[in-house]
Amino acid sequence: MSGHSTYEFKNPIARWVDERLPILSVVRGQLVDFPTPRNLNYWWTFGGILATMLVIQILTGIVLVMHFTPHTSMAFDSVEHIMRDVNWGWLLRWMHANGASFFFIAVYIHIFRGLYYGSYKAPREILWMIGVIIFIAMMATAFMGYVLPWGQMSYWGAVVITNLFSAIPVVGDQIVQWLWGGFSVANPTLQRFFSLHYLLPFVLAALVFLHVWALHVTGNNNPDGIEVKSEQDTLPFHPYYTMKDLFAILVFLMVYAAFVFYSPWYLGHSINFAPANPLSTPAHIVPEWYFLPFYAMLRAIPDKLGGVIVMFSSLIILFFLPWLDTSKVKSLKYRPLARQFFWLLVIVCLVLGIAGAQPAQGAWLLVARLATAWYFIHFLVILPLLGFIEKPKPIPASISEAVLGKAKA
Amino acid sequence: MTTKVENADVSRRDFLYIATGAVGAVGTALAIWPFIDQMNPDASVLALASTEFDLAPLEEGQGVTIKWRGKPVFIRHRTPKEIEEAKKTPLAELKDPIARNLNLPPDAEATDENRVKDANGKVNEKYLVQIGICTHLGCVPLGEQGDYDGWFCPCHGSHYDSAGRIRKGPAPRNLDIPPYKYTSDTVIVIG
Repeated sequence: MSGHSTYEFKNPIARWVDERLPILSVVRGQLVDFPTPRNLNYWWTFGGILATMLVIQILTGIVLVMHFTPHTSMAFDSVEHIMRDVNWGWLLRWMHANGASFFFIAVYIHIFRGLYYGSYKAPREILWMIGVIIFIAMMATAFMGYVLPWGQMSYWGAVVITNLFSAIPVVGDQIVQWLWGGFSVANPTLQRFFSLHYLLPFVLAALVFLHVWALHVTGNNNPDGIEVKSEQDTLPFHPYYTMKDLFAILVFLMVYAAFVFYSPWYLGHSINFAPANPLSTPAHIVPEWYFLPFYAMLRAIPDKLGGVIVMFSSLIILFFLPWLDTSKVKSLKYRPLARQFFWLLVIVCLVLGIAGAQPAQGAWLLVARLATAWYFIHFLVILPLLGFIEKPKPIPASISEAVLGKAKA
Repeated sequence: MTTKVENADVSRRDFLYIATGAVGAVGTALAIWPFIDQMNPDASVLALASTEFDLAPLEEGQGVTIKWRGKPVFIRHRTPKEIEEAKKTPLAELKDPIARNLNLPPDAEATDENRVKDANGKVNEKYLVQIGICTHLGCVPLGEQGDYDGWFCPCHGSHYDSAGRIRKGPAPRNLDIPPYKYTSDTVIVIG
């Protein structure tokens, strides 16, 4: 449905350029005329929101690097220097720190949108799998970025997370030493995390390009989960969706700005205002909120290696989702039973997040175990079975019929 | 128009093709190694691999934490009561029956004597030297705390006794004893 734009440029310079490098007709075809399903709702604006957040993170990151010093003896002080001395440093730093959180808010909504409307199903499997890679790369980037200010939580977060790899049998300790560049988390660790934290966002940008490319080959999924059949089903991307996306982006940025300006530390941990001290562990180590569900899974398993395997499996399993879901119907709008299990999964993920913030003992440990079990049961048992058990509701013949009703379409 | 090459030496061409490919692949594989190995501990990190410590100023009942290879090392001058408690604990009561002393064979029993033995087999039960990293998830336990007159890890509630052996909580192993040896009656070298 993409194809080359047949648009003829009237401006002779534009035509001259386009005959030599068809960049203008690609923009025209992919960003202006691109046929987009007419029934997309606001849940579809989070792709644009995510692109915006990536740009904000890269821009604020590049200028923060102009003032940050990646050395254990100066990293913490240089962040304070940014906060107190650098012109607008406080704003740039809080934009970057809160930007990470809002990036994750948007990506979680985007992922659950995909789950609800079956956006991972044929022919969009590759699109979905690139998305999972993006999500994992985002988590690695965020983790390494959080280490850079070299506060107590930065340091001990790095200790606990890198120690996960020590659970690997036989070579685990060697791998951890290789990751650290020493016998503990120290300056070599900080410097390599800084290097990779600068690199990965550009890898992310390249992955996003592939993600959008795959999207533009298959075209958007939509709330009814019906493929586009005729031009009647679509609208040109510009101005209909450029404006809709822009509106959503602006609303999202207002909420983001409210955090940046009025409670920039709300999503962080006060313990990170203390410089890293390798000789004293804070009483309660907690990762940033967006890692809590995975942290809960890690701690839910009483065995160290088992916990690590379960935690990584919770991500790997997403690669197989297109084949685990056996139903031919994409949108949960027409799958009454699957819809209930979807909301149960949402609740289970939220519960995991809450459990991840609690000390791993007593009732919360039990809750985390049950929720972890359900997470895997959902993907490995419920989804494959539902395709056979469930009787979906009747599906409209086309998108325009779904929008306008049978009579008009 | 097609050109037919007479007497084309196919096997010679195949050899060149495979040889070029093989040299390219092996060369690339070898060239990757420096990029990976540069992340391993460097010479300056390895140079700090041993630390000397004078035990003489340590009073009875006093413990200090020093840094070795960037890790905290607990050195404690134990009281007779602590030594007595550690010695009379039957091995059957221990969660981890292995000494975890890098100066001893890996299957040495976790007796109190084996917890204070240096690389030369010298035993000085007054001084306990151990790496201050909880064997659970890497936190630093607090001294003179817990239910066993030893160490207590605030992160997830592991209790270690006065010989640094795990007694209660999620940690799987006793605190590790680093490689060390006495160079005189009161001076040890760790590492």
